[in-house]
Parts: sequence; C-alpha cells; structure tokens
Amino acid sequence: MSISLLLLIIAVIGVAGYLFGSWRANALAGGKLSSLHSRPGYYGSFVAIWSVLPALVVMLVWIIASPIYISSTVRGGFPEEVKATSQAEQNLAYNMIGAISRGLNTLSAEEREAMFADSATARTVLAAKGVPLAADPAPYMLTSADDLNRMTKASGTFLSILVIVAALAGAFVSYRAIAPKFRARNRVEGVMLVSLIAASSIAILTTVGIVASMATEAIHFFNMVPAWEFFFGTTWDPRFAAAGATASSGQFGLIPLLAGTLYIGFVAMLVAVPVGLFAAIYMSEYASRTVRSVAKPLLEVLAGIPTIVYGFFALITVGPFLRDISAQLNGLVTGNYASFIQAQSVLTAGIVMGIMLIPYVSSLSDDIITAVPRALRDGSLGLGATRSETIKRVIMPAALPGIVGALLMTASRAIGETMIVVLAAGVAARMQLNPFEPMTTVTVKIVNQLTGDLEFTSPQTLVAFALGITLFVITLCLNIYALYIVRKYREQYE
Amino acid sequence: MNMMSEAAVEKALDRQMNDISYKMIGKDVSVYYGEKRALYDVNLNVRENTVTALIGPSGCGKSTFLRTLNRMNDTIDGCRVTGRITLDSDDIYDPNIDVVELRARVGMVFQKPNPFPKSIYENVAYGPRIHGLAKAKADMDAIVEQSLQKAGLWNEVKDRLHEGGTGLSGGQQQRLCIARAVAVSPEVILMDEPCSALDPIATAKVEELIHELRANFTIVIVTHSMQQAARVSQRTAMFHLGNLVEENDTDKMFTNPDDQRTQDYIMGRFG
Ligand SMILES: Nc1ncnc2c1ncn2[C@@H]1O[C@H](COP(=O)(O)OP(=O)(O)OP(=O)(O)O)[C@@H](O)[C@H]1O
Ligand SMILES: [Mg+2]
Repeated sequence: MSISLLLLIIAVIGVAGYLFGSWRANALAGGKLSSLHSRPGYYGSFVAIWSVLPALVVMLVWIIASPIYISSTVRGGFPEEVKATSQAEQNLAYNMIGAISRGLNTLSAEEREAMFADSATARTVLAAKGVPLAADPAPYMLTSADDLNRMTKASGTFLSILVIVAALAGAFVSYRAIAPKFRARNRVEGVMLVSLIAASSIAILTTVGIVASMATEAIHFFNMVPAWEFFFGTTWDPRFAAAGATASSGQFGLIPLLAGTLYIGFVAMLVAVPVGLFAAIYMSEYASRTVRSVAKPLLEVLAGIPTIVYGFFALITVGPFLRDISAQLNGLVTGNYASFIQAQSVLTAGIVMGIMLIPYVSSLSDDIITAVPRALRDGSLGLGATRSETIKRVIMPAALPGIVGALLMTASRAIGETMIVVLAAGVAARMQLNPFEPMTTVTVKIVNQLTGDLEFTSPQTLVAFALGITLFVITLCLNIYALYIVRKYREQYE
Repeated sequence: MNMMSEAAVEKALDRQMNDISYKMIGKDVSVYYGEKRALYDVNLNVRENTVTALIGPSGCGKSTFLRTLNRMNDTIDGCRVTGRITLDSDDIYDPNIDVVELRARVGMVFQKPNPFPKSIYENVAYGPRIHGLAKAKADMDAIVEQSLQKAGLWNEVKDRLHEGGTGLSGGQQQRLCIARAVAVSPEVILMDEPCSALDPIATAKVEELIHELRANFTIVIVTHSMQQAARVSQRTAMFHLGNLVEENDTDKMFTNPDDQRTQDYIMGRFG
C-alpha cells in the first residue's frame, strides 16, 4: 500500500471520528447542550486528533526506522570477505544491491530465473530495463537484493496494518472516553498549544542549529589556527594551498577585514544618516498628507531593490563615474589626467551602500518621530515656537534614543551587507585610510573562501566559518543593544 | 452682595460697548474641518483681565473656538477658519501677522499636562529662550523663578529645578505647563480643560492659581465642570452644536439664564 493511500485512509478515519464523536456528544447531551462540558465539536475534534496523531507518529517512526533495520540486516548477510573491506566499499556494494533490487521488481519470472542462473548477464539484462549498473554484480548481490526486496515489501505491509490499527484504536479509545463531564475542550486546546509551540520551536531551533554548525566548523578552524592569530593578526594572506601542500601555511588576520568592513560601513552611514534623517523629518513634519502618501511608498521601494542590483549599479555606474570625475579634477588642477579614485574603492562601496540604507534610516526614524506625542508638538507650537524650533528643541531630543536605536540596526545591516561590497569594494585585504583605494570586508572574504573547488577541511575554507560567526556575534550585539534602546524609549511615553 | 452689585454694574456697562475693554473680539467665526463645519458664525468677545469660561456638551466646538484664538488650528490638516478675530484690534488672521508672535501673546495650556522631556528649569525657560527674552543667565533665572512662583509651584520644585519635568505629579506637571505659558508673558492664556486629568486637590490648586492670574492676564478656559465655571469665571459662554447659544455674566448664567438650552444643560438635562 502506498504512503499516500495510507494517509488518505488516516484522513478518512479522522473525519469519521470527528463526525461520530460530535454525534455521540450530541446524543449524550440529549438536546441539553449545557449538560456537556464542551461544545460537541470539541468532542469530535478530540476523537479526530486521537485517530490521526498516533497513527502519524507510528508511520513516521516506521518510515525512519525500517530502512535502517533492513540495511543493517542486508549488510549483516554480506560474505566475510566483503565485510572485511572498507566502509566506503561496503557502501558501494549496498548501493549496487539497491539498484539491482529495483531492477528485479521489473523482471518477469523467467527473466529472473535466467539471471539468477548466470549472474554475469545481470548487467545487460538490467540495463535493458533502464537500470544501469556500474559493474558486473557479484553473485551474493543478487540474493541480497532479493532479500532486500522481500523485507521492504514485508515492511510495507506491516506498516499499513500497524498504522490502520493505530488509527482505529485511537478512534475507539477516544470515542469511548466521551462523557458529559469529559473536558474535551481543554484537551483539544492543549494539542493546539503544543502545535503552536512546535512551530515556534522550529524557527528557534533552526537558528540554534545554524549557529551550532557554524560554531563547530569555526572550532575546527581554531584547532588549526590559534584564535589570537585570527583575532589580532594584521595580515590576511590565506595562500590557497595547492593540492598536497601542507595546509597551515596561510596567515588569517581578521583585523584588515574588520577595518575594511567598519570603514565602508562608516562611509555608508555618512551618506545614509543625514539623507535618511532629513527625509524622515520632512515626511513626518512638513509633508502634506498627499505628498506623504506618494513619497513614502516611493522611498520604501528603494528598500525592495535586491542588493545585487545596487552592486552592479556601483560596479557599472558609480565606480567608473567617480574614477572619471577624479581624473578630470586631477587634470584641471595638475594637468595630469590620472584618476586618483579607483573604480573599486571604499568610497564607491560606501556611497552605494549608503543609498541602499537610506530607506531603512528614513522609515525607521519616521516611525519614531511620528510616535512623539502630538501633545509635545502642540505644547511647543503653542508657546510660539516655529516648526523648525519645535523639531530641533523638542521632537528630536525626545526621539533621539529611538533614532539611535534605529541607526544601530542600520549599522548592523551595513556590516552584514555582502553583494555591494563583493562587486564594488575590491578584494585586497589592506589596512589603510585612503577612501579612494579598494579595501575588502569580512563578507567579501567569506564569499571568496567558499567559492571554488575546495575541500572543507583546510583552514582556507574553514576560516569562512570563523569569519561568519564573528560577523554574527557583532551584528547580534548591535541588534540587541538597539532593541534595548528602542524599548527603553518606548516606555517613556506609555 | 458685593458680587451682585459688581455684576449689575458690569451688565450696565455691557450696554455701552465702548466702556468695556475687550481683549479679543470674534466676529462671525466659522470653522471647517475639511467638508465638516464645526462652528457657525460665532460672535464672542473676550474681556480684558477677566476669566471667560466656555461650556457646552462634548463636541459642540469649545476647543475649536479656543484654538482659533491663537491659530492653533493652523497645525491641523484641512482646517479652515472664516470670520474675523482681533487681538487689541489687530486682525490675527491677517496674512501679515506673525503666528509666532501671536502665540507668544496668546499662550495655551492643554487638557493633558504635556511637559517636555527636559528639566523643570528648561521647560520654563523654553519659551523665553525661543523669543530671546533673557540676555544673561541671571535674567533667565529670574524669569524661571517668577513664572514658577506665579504658577504656585516654586516652593515645591525650587530644590529640584534640574530634574526632569516628567517626574512631577500630574497636578504639578499642569502647573509647570502654566508656568511655561506664563514665562513668555502672554496677554491672554487659553486653557482647554486644564483640570480634567487632575484630582480634586490639584484641581483646587489650579483654580486658585487661575484666580490669581486674572490680575495680570486675560484667561479663556474650557471646562466640563459647571462648578468650576461658576468658581473661576466672571463670564460664561455656552456652545451647542457649533453655535454660541448664550454669553453672559457667570452669576446670571447659573441662576437665571436667558436661553432655555443653557438652563437645560446646566440642570444636566443633556450633554
Ligand atoms: N482635528 C479634527 N478633524 C476633524 N474634525 C474635528 C477635529 N477636531 C474636532 N473636530 C470636530 O469638530 C467638532 C467640535 O470639536 P471640538 O473638539 O471643538 O469639541 P469640544 O466642544 O471641545 O468637545 P469636548 O468637550 O469633547 O472636548 C466635533 O464634531 C469634532 O468631531
Ligand atoms: Mg475639547
């Protein structure tokens, strides 16, 4: 019986359980619903849950457990000389047996006989059925494949019986449990609660899982390269080791990457903060309702542009533009038409990233400024302050903590941003202060270290995880601090 | 007895407009919020150094009228005012008039205490600073002290001038807001239900304060409490559905009003 058919049967039992359960509750009530603890629907749901859930659990467990059991039995039946070989070879053999077993199912009885008689023909026979084998199978493989088939089939039958029995038993037991004083509602809501918790746990566990896997890989890295060399090293030179060369020959200093990240982020904030803040002030304090209703969504469209698009905007437009204009300037002043701004530079990446961040700054600050109570505005205006005095002396000071929080969140985006810097910042890990020169960032190096044909055991690759977790910790701290500030600010007006 | 005769004299004077000094004169004032009309041709004069109370059921336009007196309605999108309002015979809706200067002359205290999230001192100094009223720090100190004293708050806060204004009690906050308004030395102070967020003791303090302020300022106060209107005001104006129903001496208003609707409202028959 196929899994989908089985699921259908469970569903039918569940629906029937619901109908019978409500019907029985109704019958027990005898027209007086108040004599029941819960409404009839809850009794129905209770029976349905008991029919479906245990059956599904049984099914899940079986589907996971039975292949493991079957595989270990089949491997246990391997001849001794095969068992003596390496794990990898045994895996290969098992995979071939799996393929043969699939092929066997397509053969007629005579073809089967013929094949078992001469295992050398197996490859051609099965190939004709669309099941290619990598090599001629050994004779024991054919019998193993046969065993495998038999066990799979038995397991399938057993599963069907088990699941249907579980569903029926669940339905029966819960149906019998129905009584006027039975607290069906509480049980059903309990199940609801558990499923809600399960859903949120999945999200949290995923995060934990990601962090854990990053941390494990990072620990591998730190086993090969000392942590202090990573965190305080000032040279980034991972030196991709040629195959066979000794692994630990690179230098993995974080400092130049961090410097680049912070420098580019700083330039980006220099662009984004004034523009975004002024836009927010205009939107929240000056713009009429009509202007606001058009301009605000337009500004927020910027936030919807994929960052890779900003990336090639930087690469194709802004970078060359800055380079050419610097050449012109240089020419005007010194007569030498050499550009002093490189196309890939801190400035290019910073400006474009700043543009990307404008909508974040403006929409977050706009919300915060609008949240300043109208009473404060009125109070100031009522004293004869002009609008700009009101903004400068009352609204901004009141909104400042919230705005700082918003800016911290924006900064954490700037630090984690990847595509723009990959395309516009350059790859040279250098420590310098000239914004017209290329620098590189943590994210760029993560991309660099993980692209290409590399094994995941060398420090050259594993360093990406150490970089990743460093970045994660930095942005996490920024975000937590920002949330803390924003929350504190909210309390002020409640 | 004394009171009655004073009122009688005032009424006699009322007939000869010239002898009474009106601080503000509203003529045919109408207000629209978008399409909706909130006030219908209100003619109301505010006498100098007098407390005028505006009463009436909720939504009748008291706050709206009050806000026309210092053009606070300008800050509301879609609000339009027609008619003529003068302050000492200057038309305050004249395009040449500076709203900032107008609001310095006609101050406002709001229903909910709204101190700025700054120190007590800075709250009071806010207005004088904006209007450049104090040259030296000593001048500013003097203004702050006088204003707080006028608002009856000085003794309570003189030791904590540099603590936050929002840390005061509700009643103290409201008196701080009054001090803040007084600090700019306005000629008229508008108060929109200044006691509605306060307990009876704080209310009594504010009412007492209004009494004292009357000597130096002209006051217009919106209130929902008939008792309060009777206690603090000399003139009372009754609004209903955006119309001015009656404007009269407070004593007359509460004993023998001219209009049936006023009588009904004061007796608690509607609103
Ligand atoms: N900002 C506004 N936008 C649109 N309509 C408004 C606005 N403010 C007031 N109104 C309307 O104008 C009318 C008068 O309102 P106003 O606030 O002046 O009443 P009020 O007499 O002060 O009432 P209350 O005693 O409840 O404060 C009401 O119908 C109200 O709905
Ligand atoms: Mg009002």
